Amino acid sequence: MINLRLVVVAMLLVAFSGANRVLGAQQRADTTAQRHQRVLDSLAAALASVQARLDSLERVPAATAEAPTAGPARSSGAYMNIGFDGLADFGWSTTPDVASLQRGDHDPKVRGFTVPNVELTFDGAVDPYFKGFSAIVTKLTADGETTVELEEAWAQTTSLPYNLQAKAGQFLTEFGRQNAQHPHAWAFVDQPLGLNRMFGPDGLRGQGAKLSWLLPTDTYAEAMVTVINSTGGTAWSFRSNESGEIHGGVPIERSVETLGDLLIVPRLTTSVDLTETQTIVLGASAAFGPNNSGPRARTQVYGLVAYYKWKAESGAAGFPFASWQTEVMSRRYDAGARVALENAATKLPAETLSDWAAYSQVLWGIRPRIVAGLRGEIARGGTAAFRSDLRVNQERVSPNVSWYPSEFSKLRLQYNVDRREGLGTDHSLWLQFEFMLGAHAAHKF
Amino acid sequence: MNLILLPRLAALALFALPTTALPTAKKLNVVTTTPDLAALAREIGGDAVEVKTLAKPSEDPHFVDAKPSHIVTLNRADVLIEGGAELEVGWLPPLLESARNDRLAAGSPGLIIASQGIKMLEVPVTLDRSRGDVHAQGNPHFIIDPVSAKIVANHIATHLAQVDPSNAALFKANLAKFNATVDTKFAEWQKTLAPYRGAKIVTYHNDFVYFADRFKLTVVETLEPKPGIAPSPAHLAKVIATMKAQNAHIILVQPYQNRKTAETVARQSDGIVIDVSQQPGAIKNTDTYVALMDNLVRSVASAFQNKP
Repeated sequence: MINLRLVVVAMLLVAFSGANRVLGAQQRADTTAQRHQRVLDSLAAALASVQARLDSLERVPAATAEAPTAGPARSSGAYMNIGFDGLADFGWSTTPDVASLQRGDHDPKVRGFTVPNVELTFDGAVDPYFKGFSAIVTKLTADGETTVELEEAWAQTTSLPYNLQAKAGQFLTEFGRQNAQHPHAWAFVDQPLGLNRMFGPDGLRGQGAKLSWLLPTDTYAEAMVTVINSTGGTAWSFRSNESGEIHGGVPIERSVETLGDLLIVPRLTTSVDLTETQTIVLGASAAFGPNNSGPRARTQVYGLVAYYKWKAESGAAGFPFASWQTEVMSRRYDAGARVALENAATKLPAETLSDWAAYSQVLWGIRPRIVAGLRGEIARGGTAAFRSDLRVNQERVSPNVSWYPSEFSKLRLQYNVDRREGLGTDHSLWLQFEFMLGAHAAHKF
Repeated sequence: MNLILLPRLAALALFALPTTALPTAKKLNVVTTTPDLAALAREIGGDAVEVKTLAKPSEDPHFVDAKPSHIVTLNRADVLIEGGAELEVGWLPPLLESARNDRLAAGSPGLIIASQGIKMLEVPVTLDRSRGDVHAQGNPHFIIDPVSAKIVANHIATHLAQVDPSNAALFKANLAKFNATVDTKFAEWQKTLAPYRGAKIVTYHNDFVYFADRFKLTVVETLEPKPGIAPSPAHLAKVIATMKAQNAHIILVQPYQNRKTAETVARQSDGIVIDVSQQPGAIKNTDTYVALMDNLVRSVASAFQNKP
């Protein structure tokens, strides 16, 4: 209080003397300054007396403390939390065509610099019945052009009976673990190969609704089903215009005739605390919907996930810890008889395309703010009457290390070695920087 | 092909997991984010409540994992007591969102935000993270001030009576008993620490300001250069210099903080490291609020006695 008063007095004095120099009336300036000083002194004395009285009141042990009135629980946001997250990558790869190797939309795209994800998020209570969330993503393409996408915009119920919860809008679909995570929550610079092959550069998301049920069991278990449109680039294995990369043919126009033409994604997940310090989460997901290789062609994708985490009984900032995460996905793509993409004169026969992919990653939170990671991936495409780079057998191994100067910034160095059948082996080194502004991020398990 | 079938079989197995229904609980199901709040809830709720806490006593309350098991715990809670002032901002919101329990909705009697009604210290004038992870509503480590603890206890009693009016008299009586005990002990604690009025302490995180304010101690430095920022060698050198210059010798460290860093500083500054906790149960025989404070006051006083 005293220091503040001195600072204010000093500032006012400086201001007054400066103004008076301009006036050039030194004698009058002294008089004015002295008068102001006297006023300030008397005000400060009065303030000090009030403060002393307050202090003495506060020191009374509060046997008589009244029940507090419900004051505002927050001062940082008004109705809505706003967050901003920026990601930038820098690095080099032995392949000049980086985009063919790093196919995720938020992966590094070129030798040099990439800005793959700049995200603006809004969230808050809509009213007593709904919570709302939106994520608007901008990024720079390999050519340096800015693109904007409405990644998510959804509302979710807060108080349905029977442990039910409904969500509607545009949202990242809960299939496995990583698909529903935003890039800043990823443990590696890039999207896993499996997610890329099954769900495309942006993962599985779309416009639709989700109903979930928290089972009334002592062990956590949640069942959910999501229904979304089966069209667009984010319904990659379904009615996507780019699905020629999967089935090698010219996509046909297919409209929605029945509910079965929508994309249905059921999921069940459960979790057990093995000990006070160890937790495991298991999940099984599937996605069923039409694809546009033929008028009655359909796709089924299945996934399993296991996540294990050990966190020390006691440690600063949640360290040390170790975690293991593995996802396995398989796709049965029933392709109809179709015209080959590369040559309209060639007809491809109706066939079942079987693909599977898996990744397994280990993270070691060595000490506060430092995490080392290792990920191994494998992707396999079964036999087919055509060839696609997106179905060739591929393996990737990625060691990395992340340093978090605070909860709001991150530096990550990652090395990738990729082996693609028929395309050779490539080596890449990426440095990623991330920063966050605004609302404090909350971390899901 | 086998690999394609495998996930389907495993998915079926998962769906077939046995499920057991929760037995109806007669007692009020109170969940607290941290053990200190649980200790207060037990004092006030007595036999009428069953108290569970999400964070372990040894855990950094800022960094608790949002484990799915906590979702089930929160789903069944009649009352949730959280510290507030953004102490749990990094982990509680997603749990509450998944718990789908409208008894804990904002404004409900079942939601008790402990920081409400507390005279918060260090409320920032401007929100600026270049000053570290400062909390918009002020420093959230207020329970180790007995006056604050009594305000929280009063707050808990009021809410419990609203949720379970049949036990209102019990809660009121327990509150009176708790207040009387704390008043007596508070006088003792003040007497114990009176000889060290104005004495200087160093803490790891900025988490003893309420304690220092109440018992007239002075926190001269924290090992973290700014809240939530890991200690750097340059900052620790500054801490050592300050401790030497100001004749400060006592470094308070909680179980989840890096004791080695504190020991290094202590070695170079003729200081001593004192193991204390703000969470009941982290140190032996500190299961109640009074036992916790007894231990804290005694540890600090004896440190000053040995290192005046």
